[in-house]
Amino acid sequence: MTTTLPAYDEVVARFEPVIGLETHVELGTNTKMWCGCPTDFGGEPNTRVCPVCLGLPGSLPVANKAAIEATIRIGLALNCSIAQWCRFARKNYFYPDMPKNFQISQYDEPLCFDGYLDVEVNGELVRIGIERVHLEEDTGKTLHVGGATGRIHGATESLVDYNRAGIPLVEIVTKPIPGTGALAPEVARAYVTELRDVIRSLGVSDVRMEEGSLRCDVNTSLNLPGAEWGTRTETKNVNSLRSVERAVRSEMLRQASVLEAGGRIVQETRHFHEDTGDTTSGRSKETATDYRYFPEPDLVPLAPDTAWVAELKAALPELPRLRRKRIQQEWGLSDLDMQSVVNAGAVELIEATVAAGATPAAARKWWLGELSRRANETGVELADVGATPAQVAELQGLVDAGKLNDKLARSVLEGVVAGEGSPTEIMTNRGLEVVSDTGALTAAVDEAIAANPDVADKVRSGKVAAAGALVGAVMKTTRGQADAKTVRELILERLGAQG
Amino acid sequence: MAAISREEVAHLARLSRLAVTEEELDTFAGQLDVILQSVAQVGEVAAADIPPTSHSVPLTNVLREDVVTPCLTPQEVLSGAPDAEEQRFRVPRILDEDVAS
Repeated sequence: MTTTLPAYDEVVARFEPVIGLETHVELGTNTKMWCGCPTDFGGEPNTRVCPVCLGLPGSLPVANKAAIEATIRIGLALNCSIAQWCRFARKNYFYPDMPKNFQISQYDEPLCFDGYLDVEVNGELVRIGIERVHLEEDTGKTLHVGGATGRIHGATESLVDYNRAGIPLVEIVTKPIPGTGALAPEVARAYVTELRDVIRSLGVSDVRMEEGSLRCDVNTSLNLPGAEWGTRTETKNVNSLRSVERAVRSEMLRQASVLEAGGRIVQETRHFHEDTGDTTSGRSKETATDYRYFPEPDLVPLAPDTAWVAELKAALPELPRLRRKRIQQEWGLSDLDMQSVVNAGAVELIEATVAAGATPAAARKWWLGELSRRANETGVELADVGATPAQVAELQGLVDAGKLNDKLARSVLEGVVAGEGSPTEIMTNRGLEVVSDTGALTAAVDEAIAANPDVADKVRSGKVAAAGALVGAVMKTTRGQADAKTVRELILERLGAQG
Repeated sequence: MAAISREEVAHLARLSRLAVTEEELDTFAGQLDVILQSVAQVGEVAAADIPPTSHSVPLTNVLREDVVTPCLTPQEVLSGAPDAEEQRFRVPRILDEDVAS
């Protein structure tokens, strides 16, 4: 399409967007959904496979209890009702990413349904309705060869690895989300972020979008104010939080330009391209009946009893949004400060640093200052920057004890990030401790005075501000390892001037 | 009235990637119709107070613990494959096909 896209402001002034999100989460169980094959990441092709996940004749699936529990816990954390009785269903389709030509999923009887998740967008609470949370199995990985750059188009053959086939996959579907207007892209991102945090807090998945353990499809439609909802498209291949936001925005712009030109939106799957931020048309959506869903005959129904569900509910951890509220109060942070802590991904890190003995203010200073800067520079997550909360607390302890000044502490932190050891070890090994030996300091001060007689005279005659040059000289000879305030006091005392 | 039309059989054959000739469509439509009609007789007997049954055994919650069990070797896994390459199943190119999940 070569038409110029309309401005975003114009689009949201003319149209109302309705969005919806479908998220897949790979559970972090030890074994697959229906068999005891391990789920660990990165094994040699087809080494985590058995007759059950290959769908060989005579093999029978048995549901993984841990996966059922994890799904119920996700449902409970999302305020869902838990089905008292439900079945798995066969979703039939012809594609070699599943060796048995069907995927075991759930159809009209999801394990969890009708919940909600509150997310914060610009300080406002938006309640996102949850339609359903169901359990299915992941597919194998297909490698397309013979075509350009591994794309399916132009490929002459496909090579399939079934290590991932059968790993428990939870699908979380929102209800349609109308009424968000210009904020639709941000709401979509905030929802996926909050969902990720909730699932991470439950400890049921590592929810890493880059590694594909959390995957997101974004539905978008536009309608004129007061009119019926428009035809929606489903954008796949959205692999980062930022992409979720960009995908909604780009699809809103594209749909608006089609509608403005008098065209109509085709219900289809579109692919998001990380590099350009655009979506392109994929396959047209087959209707649900083509999957010929029917109750899975090889698995008996699931009937979680009330006591079990109640037990799981009672054991839910404090959910991220409430936890953030509590922490914000405990740390005495403004909304804005708390937001920057959250955006930096530093909540857990600061919390752990405080638990290791630092004050909230000091912990926040290191994680949001020096360490955030380094994480940005090297392009890694803050948690992977190379320093642990215990090390940061230890570092601050050395500062509090007067053994390190701010500048020296930063050098020590550099050593910590470089993997040179604990802050105390680095301080000792690199000889970075503050010079507190008064004899050595006095000698350095005398040396500075002798080397700068003009400056010394000025200070003697009452121009106290001139002492700064002498302080600088002392800091230089001590390689920054003196406390500037102490040095200044010593100089003034030596020259008989009053600070 | 037939329980399944010739067109429905053709549709199902396409979804199942079965090459069915025009003649076979007539044959299979007739045969499937007999089967479906026979099964439909069960519905006539069932009273309104009998819920539809999907499983013949009165069991629920058959679950296993999350414990790893041995896998097959890649050689065993690929022994039944028509073709393999780089320890993976090798299949003809796939285009315009549907993908699950």
